[in-house]
Amino acid sequence: MIKLTVNGRAHAVDAEPDTPLLYVLRNELGLNGAKFGCGLGQCGACTVIVDGAAVFSCLMPIALLPGRQVMTIEGLGTEAAPGPVQRAFIAEQAAQCGYCIAGMVMRTQALLARTPDPSAQQIRDGLNPNLCRCGTHMRIIAAVRRAAVSLRAGAPAKAATQ
Amino acid sequence: MEQIARTRLRRGIIITVVIFIVAAAAAGALAWRPGIPAIAPPGRGSFATTEIARGAVLVALGDCAVCHTTMNGRPYAGGRGISTPFGTVYATNITPDSDTGIGRWSLAAFRRAMRDGIDRAGRHLYPVLPYPHFTRATDDDIAAMYAFLMTRTPVRQQAPPNALPFPFSWRPLLAGWNLLFLRPGVWQADPAKDAVWNRGAYLVEAISHCGACHTPHNLLGAEKGGQALAGGDAEGWYAPALQAGSPAPVPWSADALTTYLRTGFESAHGAAAGPMAPVTHQLATLPDADVHAIAVYIASFMPPGRTPLGGAPNGGAPHGEAPQTDATGPATASPSSVADLEAKPIFDGACGACHAADAPMTHAGAPSLALSTVINAPTSRGVVDVILHGLPWREGHAGPYMPAFAAALTDAQIAALTIYLRARYSDRPAWQDVNETVRAARRQEGGT
Repeated sequence: MIKLTVNGRAHAVDAEPDTPLLYVLRNELGLNGAKFGCGLGQCGACTVIVDGAAVFSCLMPIALLPGRQVMTIEGLGTEAAPGPVQRAFIAEQAAQCGYCIAGMVMRTQALLARTPDPSAQQIRDGLNPNLCRCGTHMRIIAAVRRAAVSLRAGAPAKAATQ
Repeated sequence: MEQIARTRLRRGIIITVVIFIVAAAAAGALAWRPGIPAIAPPGRGSFATTEIARGAVLVALGDCAVCHTTMNGRPYAGGRGISTPFGTVYATNITPDSDTGIGRWSLAAFRRAMRDGIDRAGRHLYPVLPYPHFTRATDDDIAAMYAFLMTRTPVRQQAPPNALPFPFSWRPLLAGWNLLFLRPGVWQADPAKDAVWNRGAYLVEAISHCGACHTPHNLLGAEKGGQALAGGDAEGWYAPALQAGSPAPVPWSADALTTYLRTGFESAHGAAAGPMAPVTHQLATLPDADVHAIAVYIASFMPPGRTPLGGAPNGGAPHGEAPQTDATGPATASPSSVADLEAKPIFDGACGACHAADAPMTHAGAPSLALSTVINAPTSRGVVDVILHGLPWREGHAGPYMPAFAAALTDAQIAALTIYLRARYSDRPAWQDVNETVRAARRQEGGT
């Protein structure tokens, strides 16, 4: 059994230590926000936050995780009460097919926690590891800007990262 | 007797004092350089198109953009911090902007910077600008590089001030450095060698300055004499030896090097990482003949091959990790059991999707880690840096990619993985200082 802390809740998972966190999130814990895209750390659809930093959960064996805090998009808010970054992505209608968006939201959340007022270049560099095949990049960047403004204005603290 | 001894002593003191005074005066005289008058920025019409085109090739060969461009920034506009053992030096803006770039520099001022390391105003430049190499370039080539740079789009961008502690912040000190280490003189061909080798030698020594990273440096930051290309350090990244000490399991041929330099990847060696990646982006744009000449020159120093762990060097299946399969674990090498227990799940879960024996990436041509230069290197720094930083996407460039693991792995996990990789994929002795190397690499994180 390997102990994980996800969105503040402790779990004990019966899985091999090299099992990717993504599989455990989706198949064991029912947290389906993070998506399987490439399984190679190339697309970012599986991005979650570990100890405040965005990581690819497909390349994160659970052996690495005891004692560390995992946050998934389910930890940022709910459909009824989305967090500030989620609200910004909705307001800008940043999703086309939506497959990449959970990863984009998590990478944005981690970026803004470290860089509350990012420049255009910092947004581009920060989101660089995540791909969107639909091509909604302009809207995604607008959503990041909107989220930054709303977080700086002290939006509901519900979605604060660890 | 006593009197003679006293006279000798007195004479010795006088001679010493005189030497000091002369040396101080000489240093002062050497350190002071006059400014060269500013000019009105020359228009594009001042330069022949053929001259500009020749300069474009030389500037790419000289990798000027590698240091003088920030990650995804405007080309040649400077601002990139180069970390050195003495502190961080910020590359200057070498676009022809009048105020923040070199727009008001005459050819004479540019030539003096390239040959002597003195800027237009007469200030000493730091030898992180590889003028000890550029001083070997011909006047014609320096003029062509000037023509190319002066016809780029001017970018108004001031480089941040250097972060150097005293006394390194005091530039006149560099007059002494130059006295010790700068050997002026244009490069001379070796009549015993053919034209291609000599072209390669000129490019490597005078323009591409490979030794700036691949030669070990002394305590004062100068390349060590007699150890050319014996392996060094590039902003903390391990720069492998390019001569007899090359740790590459498959010896580099001129053809393999040409492919590597032009594409950032070679199927029996792997991918360019760290500061070498943008170097290959520059070389990708060049005429084949020049890159091939560099490759011929470098390959002429390479050692005869050794057989990599569990595989024929060439011809055989490059992914044949011999008897090592994930099911049975390593057969030829046995990692210490502690590192193995901790690291094998890390490798399988974090690295295996691409680097396991039958992973999709291997079918796309990536070699087994047993062929990796960094895993067979004398220091673990290369492995640690690649794990931390990966091989990032760069806007506008195709090339090898690896995700960064700096956020995913703790220092202890990186150390365990590094020890495991060495034991599993190389028959060379275990590294002794992996934990310290990981800490040092972390300290420098973000510097590149």
